[in-house]
Amino acid sequence: MSTLDRKLSRDLWRMKGQAAAIAVVMALGVMMQVMMAGLVVTLDETRRGYYERYRFAEVFAPVTRAPSHVLHQVAGLPGVARAEGRISGAARIELSDRAVPVAAQALSLPDHAEPALNAIRLQQGRLFDPGAPEEVVLLDTFAAAHGLRPGDALQVVMNGARRSLRITGLARSPEFLYAAAPGEMVPDDARYAVLWMSQTSLSASFDMKGAYSEFLVTLTRGTDPRGVIEALDHLLKPWGGSGAYDREDQFSHRFVSEEINGLRDTAAAIPPVFLGIAAFLLNIVIARMVQAEREEIGLLKAFGYRGSEIGGHYLKLVLAIAVAGALLGALLGILSGRAMVQLYLHFYKFPFLVFRLDPGALALGLVVSVLAAAAGGAVVLRQIFALHPAEAMRPPAPADYRRAGRWAGALKALDQPTRMVLRRFTRTPFRMLGAVVGITFGMGLSVGMLTIHAGFNQAVALSFDVLDRSEATVSFTHAVSQKTLLELARHPGVLRVEGARSVPVVLRNGRRTHRGAITGLPPDPELLRALTPDYIPIALDGPGLVLSTALARKLKAQAGDVLTVEVREGAQPALRLPVTGVSETVLGAPAYMALEALDRALFEPGRISSAALRLDPAQAEAVQVWLRDQPVVAGVSLKSEARDAFERVMNQGTGATRFIMAAVAFTITFGIIYNAARIALAERAHDLASLRVIGFSKGEAAYVLLGELGLVTLLALPCGAFLGWGIAHMLAAAYSSDLYTITVVFRPAAFGFAALVVISGAVLSGLLVKRDVDRADLVAALKTRD
Amino acid sequence: MPQQPPIYRVEGLTRVYGEGASAVHALRGVDLELPPGEITVLLGPSGSGKSTLLNILGGLDRPSAGRAWFRGEELTAMSDRALTRYRRDNLGFVFQFYNLMPSLTAEENVELVTEIARNPMDPAEALALVGLDTRKDHFPSQLSGGEQQRVAIARAVAKRPDVLLCDEPTGALDSATGREVLGVLQHLNRSLGSTVMIVTHAAATAEMADRVIRFTDGAIRSVEHNDAPRAAAEIEW
Repeated sequence: MSTLDRKLSRDLWRMKGQAAAIAVVMALGVMMQVMMAGLVVTLDETRRGYYERYRFAEVFAPVTRAPSHVLHQVAGLPGVARAEGRISGAARIELSDRAVPVAAQALSLPDHAEPALNAIRLQQGRLFDPGAPEEVVLLDTFAAAHGLRPGDALQVVMNGARRSLRITGLARSPEFLYAAAPGEMVPDDARYAVLWMSQTSLSASFDMKGAYSEFLVTLTRGTDPRGVIEALDHLLKPWGGSGAYDREDQFSHRFVSEEINGLRDTAAAIPPVFLGIAAFLLNIVIARMVQAEREEIGLLKAFGYRGSEIGGHYLKLVLAIAVAGALLGALLGILSGRAMVQLYLHFYKFPFLVFRLDPGALALGLVVSVLAAAAGGAVVLRQIFALHPAEAMRPPAPADYRRAGRWAGALKALDQPTRMVLRRFTRTPFRMLGAVVGITFGMGLSVGMLTIHAGFNQAVALSFDVLDRSEATVSFTHAVSQKTLLELARHPGVLRVEGARSVPVVLRNGRRTHRGAITGLPPDPELLRALTPDYIPIALDGPGLVLSTALARKLKAQAGDVLTVEVREGAQPALRLPVTGVSETVLGAPAYMALEALDRALFEPGRISSAALRLDPAQAEAVQVWLRDQPVVAGVSLKSEARDAFERVMNQGTGATRFIMAAVAFTITFGIIYNAARIALAERAHDLASLRVIGFSKGEAAYVLLGELGLVTLLALPCGAFLGWGIAHMLAAAYSSDLYTITVVFRPAAFGFAALVVISGAVLSGLLVKRDVDRADLVAALKTRD
Repeated sequence: MPQQPPIYRVEGLTRVYGEGASAVHALRGVDLELPPGEITVLLGPSGSGKSTLLNILGGLDRPSAGRAWFRGEELTAMSDRALTRYRRDNLGFVFQFYNLMPSLTAEENVELVTEIARNPMDPAEALALVGLDTRKDHFPSQLSGGEQQRVAIARAVAKRPDVLLCDEPTGALDSATGREVLGVLQHLNRSLGSTVMIVTHAAATAEMADRVIRFTDGAIRSVEHNDAPRAAAEIEW
């Protein structure tokens, strides 16, 4: 080891606290970068591989009933690479441990061949035997939630008939990466199931012998799905085609895509901020350190060391810190990435998810950090190299405060220590500004995340207490007469019933389209309501649509616009309906209409497809048991269960992030304040000792040092609050889609908590540095000039 | 003239830095009494112990053994807090490197002390005493070495201290400026009656002293009384 290298290791040891603080902030930046970029790659690549391996369809075309020979026509359409037909139907599973049946989707697989598209991945057990109609393969996450295993029996109602099935295997499919109960947005393994059965068995249940109810298609390379969709719609019209749609509109794919896109946006926005802050810190510290080593550098030059050798020495120091930070960050990034992958496996049913490192992201983090740090050192080194060795070895002249201005002196009310604090600020405004900006970001991230979390809670409350005030929703197997409501209302324990009609539609406003549903609501509803953003009920009357905010945003429509509505049910009429208002929404992108007007437009007066109920808590269970046995009831969803599932997701996802961001805010604040304090102490040890000598107490001397850091923190708090408010709006916009709408709500507690975190970071670093101020050796400080 | 009680009394003062073979004995059992109102010059080569004594009397350092009193109060028994109080109320310091706050103007450097003192002068008056009233709004970086030292002296005397402790006050100055600075100290001693202790290498400084204490190897070699101190301006360097 050369002497210079020994000096290097000792220098590092001497500044270990500071080096560690910088390395940690840098590690945070690299960690975010590695984790987020890695997650994007992991989810994206795993999904692509999963789709490819199990031949996930690109276009889906549901029909009422099409003879199987139509499959050849579908396969023959230009642009179609592969086609498959299957039977798809709604089912409900009755479990002994639940009063309410579980909604399920039943899908057919070919009897004797591998499906051409949408194959499944058996996780356990075996496929059904096509000769044994009672055999079924079940979605494995549902089975796990209820402790079901291959060999167990399953009571299922399909098409009004109860069947006793036997589970032969448990499987997953790329079609159900994200699986939520119908009408719900968050997954709840216990309340949604998928059943795969043989073509023969399922066609018997749904009366589909020699027919299909859905076609699946993949496209040849470079084919625009819109052309194929048009051709399919044309081809399948006679068979009750309700409109083909491409993968982007497939529920599961949509959700996973939203997640990956959100992650990609965040990965592009947040880590650079951290890297920037770390680079800034490293830059100041290195510059300061080189400045302090001025005499040593002069001496080394006097001995005959070349500038490049001395520069290399300091570059090594920078590299040591930057590389240590980056490696720590990479390690933390991989660890947190792995932890996040486990979290994702709860929501997304990948067969496996192995966190992958994105080497590009790691290299970028490292290079940015090292370059920024090296640049900081280079500027100061150049200044020093410009001096003659003898000059460099002499102590520098007293710091020049002429630029700082005498204005503080005009403020007669200020004492001298306070003037010293203020002049530090005006003398090096950019350095101080940098520190303020850094802490502002820390605070802002924390406020943003806490506010978003409050927004989620608000969303839950709004969705489950204000917009929808029912306790259970009953969906019917088909549109039934409103008389059914009377029957429900008469049942003991049912306090209130309101019918609704939901009709699948495609809404078009110019070139913008949305596949969804129109919900018809009764006049003056009490349970399920359309509200203005100020929570005033919107009266629905006449043939006008009230769009949810999410839908209005997606269609770029406002009151007064006229939309084209293609109904995808029954006679499939195409309607022109005016938009009469916009209502607040949280989940999904509903469109509301007066029930009567909707039924009239469909030429089906007095029909409803679901009913919202308010129940007497004492008899709720009995009502559920009764409902289960009603033949027209397709399913019952309990709001308490939906709410639990929603809250679970919120607490696991954003709830965890909220604390991570608070930790990040603390670390950034600590890192910045600690470094600033260390630098200030190094620059002013001499001044502080002088103050102590002329009779200032330890506290008074520390005030001069820490006052500026307190001021930095105080300035950063309101800036951080504003930034956080902006970040919250940015995050809300990023999270909001036609799946969710997140509104930003002002919660003073979010700001208070974030401020507390920042202040405690500042106080802790202040205390650590004050300890050194208190220990200052007065005599030694006075004997030398800085 | 009746014998006044001493302002400082020192008994068996010893200061050892480090330990074992590398221990340095900066003071080896010094005994001393100093009357108030005098100018005392402490002379001796580097490492002879004169600065160590000054630091202990100034409450900046603690002895390894022995005791020291200021007006009958035992300095060596005081807490850190009490020593801070003692420096704040009784002492003015002047150092070789001035020790001004670079971020404060000349006047503000003086105000730094007057703000916390019990019976301070007007800062402008203190600056006038050292002949710097016209440069009070300059920052240290705009002042010459001699001017900076005079600001340091103004800062030291502005609180009307009982004692002025000066460690090599002319060490960084040329001879003409050094003489001026010593003249200021002498003037302050005469006009305010402050006790002045000056630590220096420059033997010529002894000519202005009432009392000259010579140090060698951590011990007092001699104490001389000077019945006819010369004016600082007349000293030959």
